[in-house]
Amino acid sequence: MNEHPRRVDVAIAGAGAAGLALALAIHRDSGGALRVAVIDPAPDRMIRPGRAYAIAGAARRFLDRIGVWNALAPQAQPVWRMRITDSRLRDPVRQERLAFAAADEPLAHILDESVLLAALRSAAADLQIRPIAAGVAALHSSAAVIHLDLSDGGRIGAALLAAADGARSPSRDLAGIRTVGWDYGQTGLVAEVAHERDHGGEAVQHFLPDGPFAILPMTDRRSSIVWTDSRANAEVMLALRADDLAEELDRRFGAELGSIRLATPLAGFPIRYQVARAFVGDRVALVGDAAHVVHPLAGQGLNLGLEDAEALSARIIEAARLGLDAGDPQALARYERGRRAAAVAMGVTTDLLNRLFASDATPIRLARDLGLGVVDRAPELKDFFMRRAAGHSAMV
Amino acid sequence: MQNPSRKPALDEAEVAKFDRLAADWWNPKGSMAPLHKLNPTRLAFIRAQAAARFGFGETALRPLAGRRALDIGCGAGLLSEPMARLGATVVGIDPAPANIEAAKRHAAEAGLAIDYRREELADTLAAGDRFDLVLASEVVEHVPDVPSFTAECCRAVAPGGLLVMSTLNRTLKSFALAIVGAEYVLRWLPRGTHDWEKFVTPRELAEAIRAGGLESSEPTGMVYDPLRDSWRLSGDASVNYLISATRED
Repeated sequence: MNEHPRRVDVAIAGAGAAGLALALAIHRDSGGALRVAVIDPAPDRMIRPGRAYAIAGAARRFLDRIGVWNALAPQAQPVWRMRITDSRLRDPVRQERLAFAAADEPLAHILDESVLLAALRSAAADLQIRPIAAGVAALHSSAAVIHLDLSDGGRIGAALLAAADGARSPSRDLAGIRTVGWDYGQTGLVAEVAHERDHGGEAVQHFLPDGPFAILPMTDRRSSIVWTDSRANAEVMLALRADDLAEELDRRFGAELGSIRLATPLAGFPIRYQVARAFVGDRVALVGDAAHVVHPLAGQGLNLGLEDAEALSARIIEAARLGLDAGDPQALARYERGRRAAAVAMGVTTDLLNRLFASDATPIRLARDLGLGVVDRAPELKDFFMRRAAGHSAMV
Repeated sequence: MQNPSRKPALDEAEVAKFDRLAADWWNPKGSMAPLHKLNPTRLAFIRAQAAARFGFGETALRPLAGRRALDIGCGAGLLSEPMARLGATVVGIDPAPANIEAAKRHAAEAGLAIDYRREELADTLAAGDRFDLVLASEVVEHVPDVPSFTAECCRAVAPGGLLVMSTLNRTLKSFALAIVGAEYVLRWLPRGTHDWEKFVTPRELAEAIRAGGLESSEPTGMVYDPLRDSWRLSGDASVNYLISATRED
């Protein structure tokens, strides 16, 4: 059991997208000089297709730099246009609020989670980064090292523990970092659908009263739906028989794509906003969902996580060039300053968007219908999506 | 170890003062917090000077591999450890036994092999040791005889080698900032850490280095930016400053 490296520079808890990307970035940027260990109770767990991600420009360039984009590109659908509508289900015509097309580079690429994870795993394996199949059971800090007791009885000492083990991050809890947040009372529903007509690389977001319904184009006449609805509605949907569900989907899809059918079962997850009170502690840094969970409506959760990985790797390498270890408190403070601002800004923006659009409350809808709300905000909104799509996140 | 006929290189009271502080050296939020804050900035200067002297690129992570470094007044190893990580074979000397103890313990934990010795520079020199890189950071302001201490620092530099010294200037501003500000108002440092009378001007230090046979550079200042709560290199050498010097091949 004890074939683990006993001493590494960075121990990464969590072999998800953010954790593996961090491992690859540190390995590449340090030319293999900094040792990393990835620890995950189930590093090879099967990821069923059905959950898609919108990869923004900055995240795509980062994936390219760490050597995985080439493997992903054939299965990544570029988004060339985006259309946003604001309507109720019974409205005969979906009023278009915004439409915009990409200039030089796609607004985003849509990719299935299982594809992304497979590419990251294989790139890690190529670099001999083999995740240790164990959980983190306890942490002990001393002046120079953080010691991890693993669930398989092993022990690892590291200069830094990067907690990339998800929204319920056990290692974040062990480090004593608390979170704040709220529940939206909404459930995210995701599935892949196959459709008759080509989507032409267009992403559509219908802001329906109970929450946004996004149709993200994928390769091979497929689309991913990311559908947010009230918890009560979602439970009904999750319990529906396939043909009834198809009917519900039809009502939300509109007719453009022709007949549709579910290619993967509908899956649901609760939607919350959660942000850690601190992104770093003594020899600990939070990465990805361990640090922040934002509303999925702008598709930014994974992008934020990849940006975290890129930023943390950059701070670690800067410290290493000065001969400082990966847990250097000032490097961690700089990481936190940049990433906390980005995560909170994203959380606030998506929350505002959700409240602005996802409301059947008469005054808000009336204000929008009178052109006081959305139309006034349209340039900002457009700006937001375009900026994110191009990956101009100055925070990295 | 001490030669009684020689003028003492060290002030016993100063050594005892640092002995009492040793336990807290590696606590970035403890009494040595200002030194931790300052560390990346002086490391950036050392790296840049070493890069110019020894010829290595900006991205190298072990650019000092194969070089011998001496950290004079190493304390608990705030510079010795980074030099070791950058690849150097490091000797760290300090007269305060508690510092050397703290340094050895921390390096062992960090998995770094550093030769820490409780000795004075004269002893190191007497053993015939010479080094490619000699550091004397925040030390001269604590020694009783600056010219003779500086001469010893110069002697430790091997042909083709580099000396980096940093200290506090003796100006009205440094009195206000380093003594009144840092020790009394902000309580950054324990009171009595510094004695302004012992501060050394860049001109005095450069003169002493030249007398030691090395070619010295213009001083580079380090200034504290309260908004960012960090230090940066600057042309303003009126409080904290660094000087580098080289020995011909």
